[in-house]
Amino acid sequence: MLDPKIPEGPLEHKWRNYQTQARLINPANKKRLKVIVVGTGLAGAGAAATLGELGYEVECFCYQDSARRAHSVAAQGGINAAKNYQHDGDSIWRMFYDTLKGGDFRSREANVYRLAELSAPLIDHFTQQGVPFAREYGGVLVNRSFGGVQVQRTFYARGQTGQQLLLAAYSQLSKMKRAGKVAVFARHEMLDLVVIDGRARGIIARDLVTGELKRFAADAVVLATGGYSRVFRLSTLAIGCNGSAIWKAHKRGAFFAAPSFTQIHPTALPQSSDAQSKLTLMSESLRNDGRIWVPTKRGDDRKPNEIPEEERDYYLERRYPSFGNLAPRDISSRAAKERIDAGHGVGPLKNAVYLDFRHAIERLGLDTIRDRYGNLFTMYKKITGVDAYTEPMLISPAAHFSMGGLWVDYELMTTIPGLYAIGECNYADHGANRLGANSLLQASIDGYFILPNTINNYLEQLLSEGEAPGVDHPEFEKAEREVAECITRLLSVDGRSTVDHFHRELGKVMWQECAMSRNRKGLESALVRIAEIRDAFWGDVRVTGTAQEMNGDLEKALRLADFLELAELMCTDALQREESCGAHFREEYQTPEGEALRRDDAFAFVSAWEYNGGSFRLYREPLHFEYVQPTVRSYK
Amino acid sequence: MKVTFKIWRQEHASAPGRFREYEVDGLTPDMSFLEALDFLNELLVIRGNEKVIAFEYDCREGICGQCGLFINGRAHGPHDQITTCQLHMRSFSDGDTIVVEPWRAAAFPIIKDLVVDRSALDRIVEHGGYISARTGTAPEANAILVGKEVADKAMDAAACIGCGACVATCKNASAALFTAAKINHLSNLPQGKPEADRRVLDMTRQMDLEGFGNCSFTGACEVECPAGISIVNIAEMNARGIRVMGPGTDKK
Repeated sequence: MLDPKIPEGPLEHKWRNYQTQARLINPANKKRLKVIVVGTGLAGAGAAATLGELGYEVECFCYQDSARRAHSVAAQGGINAAKNYQHDGDSIWRMFYDTLKGGDFRSREANVYRLAELSAPLIDHFTQQGVPFAREYGGVLVNRSFGGVQVQRTFYARGQTGQQLLLAAYSQLSKMKRAGKVAVFARHEMLDLVVIDGRARGIIARDLVTGELKRFAADAVVLATGGYSRVFRLSTLAIGCNGSAIWKAHKRGAFFAAPSFTQIHPTALPQSSDAQSKLTLMSESLRNDGRIWVPTKRGDDRKPNEIPEEERDYYLERRYPSFGNLAPRDISSRAAKERIDAGHGVGPLKNAVYLDFRHAIERLGLDTIRDRYGNLFTMYKKITGVDAYTEPMLISPAAHFSMGGLWVDYELMTTIPGLYAIGECNYADHGANRLGANSLLQASIDGYFILPNTINNYLEQLLSEGEAPGVDHPEFEKAEREVAECITRLLSVDGRSTVDHFHRELGKVMWQECAMSRNRKGLESALVRIAEIRDAFWGDVRVTGTAQEMNGDLEKALRLADFLELAELMCTDALQREESCGAHFREEYQTPEGEALRRDDAFAFVSAWEYNGGSFRLYREPLHFEYVQPTVRSYK
Repeated sequence: MKVTFKIWRQEHASAPGRFREYEVDGLTPDMSFLEALDFLNELLVIRGNEKVIAFEYDCREGICGQCGLFINGRAHGPHDQITTCQLHMRSFSDGDTIVVEPWRAAAFPIIKDLVVDRSALDRIVEHGGYISARTGTAPEANAILVGKEVADKAMDAAACIGCGACVATCKNASAALFTAAKINHLSNLPQGKPEADRRVLDMTRQMDLEGFGNCSFTGACEVECPAGISIVNIAEMNARGIRVMGPGTDKK
C-alpha cells in the first residue's frame, strides 16, 4: 500500500536514475500548468522561485506580512554540506552515515543519501545568490564543527545563517514575482485542501486583512508549512507557526508519519511565568565551553556561586564521560529532565539547570569567552537581566523541531496524488532525531533541487486530460462552506475562557506526557485529558471580533482547534511505538543504565497514520537497510 | 506591576483612529513588552466588551522583523538597537503611562490598530534586490574568492531584518537605510556586481515611487536599527548612484 518509490540501482546512482526516467514537460506546456506553494520559508520560497524559473505558473502563500519572515529566518548555527573543504576525510558517504545514525536508523537510506549528495551543490547555489557566508582572509569559505560529528562541514553566516539563506530565497522569489511568474499572497492562511477525484486541486485560504475566504485552483499543491511544535505552546518556534495546513491535508487523506517525533532542544531559556509566550534558544555552541550542573542537594536554595564545588553534580560529565557536555541533543535534554524531576532543578520555578562558564573563564580568560560568545551573553542579559560572566546561565529544554510530518515518497509526494510536502512539514530525512545544521539543508534541497525535478513526473500526466476543475467545482464550494461553518461555530461559542487558556492547558499535558520521556500510563491519561480540553475548548472558548476583519484572536483559535486534534495523534503514535529511538524515549524500553533501547526486530518501520473520521489507522512502511548495518548509538 | 497603556485604536485603514487608555495590573518585570500586550488582550477577551488590539509579531527573538511599535515616541521603545519583542517590562516603572503607536509613514498605511502595511519594502526588493541567476547554474563555491573584509562588509549590510524602524523614526519617513542595506549587501559581492548599476537605479527609483521621503542625514535611523546598520551605507548607495548617473543628475 505504501510505496516509497525508491529508484533502481546502487545507492549513489538512484537520484540520477530517477531523473533520467522521470517524465518531462516541454517549456510551452509548463506555462499551462499552475502550482500552489503554501509557505515561504526556505523550502517554499526556494520551490516557488525555481518552479517559476522553469516556466510554471506559481501562486505562493504565507500568513506573515512578508515572505521574508518565515521561521527559517531564525536558525542560527549553520548548514551542513559534504564539501570536504577542510580536507578532514569528509565525503557524501560519511555525511549520509552520520545523518542516518543521528536519526537512530528510522529514515530511508535512499532519501538520506540524496540529501548528502545534493548538499555540496547547494552551497554553490547559495554562494551564487549572494549569501555572505563566513570567509577566510584568503577568500575561501570557512567551516565549523557542529553537534557530534567528527568533521567540520558546517557553513555559516555569523549567528544568522537562517536569515541569510532565507533572504536569498526571498530575493529569488521577488525576482520571479517581478517577472510575473509567481504571485505572492502574503497575509493569507490556508484553511483547507481541496481534493477532487482523489487528486489535490487547490486550497481555501483566508485573507487575514479582510477575513474573506478565497478559492485557489491549481494542478498541484505543495505544502511547505514548517514544524508544529507550537502544539506544546511554549517552544522555540515563531508564535504563528502551526500545524493547520498539514492537519487539514491529513484529514483529506494524506498520511501523517511519525507525528510524535519531536526534537527537544537542551539549551533554551526556562519558562518564568504562565504569561510567557516563547522559549528563546541559546545556541548549542555554548556547550563547547560551558559546564552543565545542578546542586547535589535537592531543593538547594543557595545562590549558585555560594554552592561549593563538591556539592555540584556535573551530571552530563558524570553519565557520558567521553562526550560530556557535548552529548547529542536528545540525550542532553533527557538528562536535564531526569535531574529536574528528581528535585534538583534550579531557578525560581525549579525548572532549569545551570550552564556555567566560571571554569572556562578561569582557563581561557574573560576576553576569549567574550570573543566567542559575546553576542549570546548580551542576548541573555537583554532577556533575563543577568550577567552570565559572573553568574551561571539558567537553561532548560524546550520543544524545537518536528521530525514527524506528512508521509512522502521519494518524489516528496504525499499519499494524495498531486499533493507534495517539503521541508520540516514532511517526514523524510531526519528519522527519529535531527542533527544540528541539517534542517536548513533539508528545507533548501527539497525546495530548490528535488521538488522541481519530481513534480513534472506527475504534472505531465495531466496534460492530456484537458481542462482542470475550476474554483466553481462543487468540491471547492463544499470545502469553503466547511471552513466558514467552523469559523461561525468558533465565534458563536461565546464562553468564558480565552484561546490562550486552552493552549496553556494543552501545552502542559503535551510537555508532561509527550515530550522528552513517555510511558504508557502517562500517554493514556494524556489522551483522556486532550479530549477533555478539546471539549472544554469547543464549549467554553470566547473569540472576540468578527470573521470579516483582521482578527488575531480568531486566527489563534483556528490553529488551536487543529492542534487539539493533532495532539491526540501524537500521543497515539507515541503509545504505539513500544521502543525508544532518537528523541522518542519510552521509559518502559531502556537499558539498565537508563539509555534508549531501540527494537529493530519489531519497530524498524515508519509509522504512517491514516485519518479515519476521528480515529487513526496505522500503516507500516518497512525500512530496509541494504548499505548500512544499524548499530546502537552510544555516547558513554 | 501596574501601568497604563495609551494605545492607538483604528478599525481599518479608512476609519478614524484615537488613543484609548487601559490600566493593567498584574504585570511582571520579566514579561516582554509583547507579552504584556498579550496579557491585556486576554483581559479584553474576558471582559468581552471590546475587540482585541491588533499588533504584529512572529519569531519573538529579534530576527523576523515583523514586530514594530512606536513606544513613548521611539521606534521599538526606549533602548537603542533592539526589536520590540526584545523589550521587557523591567525597562518601565510601576505606575508608568506607556504610549503605543503604529509605525507612522505615508508609505506604511495603517491596516488596523498597530498593524501597518509594509509591502512597499517588498516592492523595493522586487526592483533589483536579487542576483539574476537561475537555480542549477552555480559554479563551484570556492571558484570565486571573496576576501574576508569584503564578505564582512556585505554581511554587515545583509543583517537588515526589514522591520521598518528606520522609516518610522525618520522625520522624512525615508527608506534610505533599508534600501542602501539591500543594495550594498549584493553589490559589494562579486556575484552581485554585474547588475550593480541597474540595481541602484531601479531600487532607488522604486523607493521614491513608494512615497518614502528623502534622506537628510540626521542619523536617527541607525540609532533605532535593531541590526545596527550604519548610515555609511546610505553614503555608499548615493555614491553608487552618482557614479552611474553622473553628478548633479536628478535620479528621477
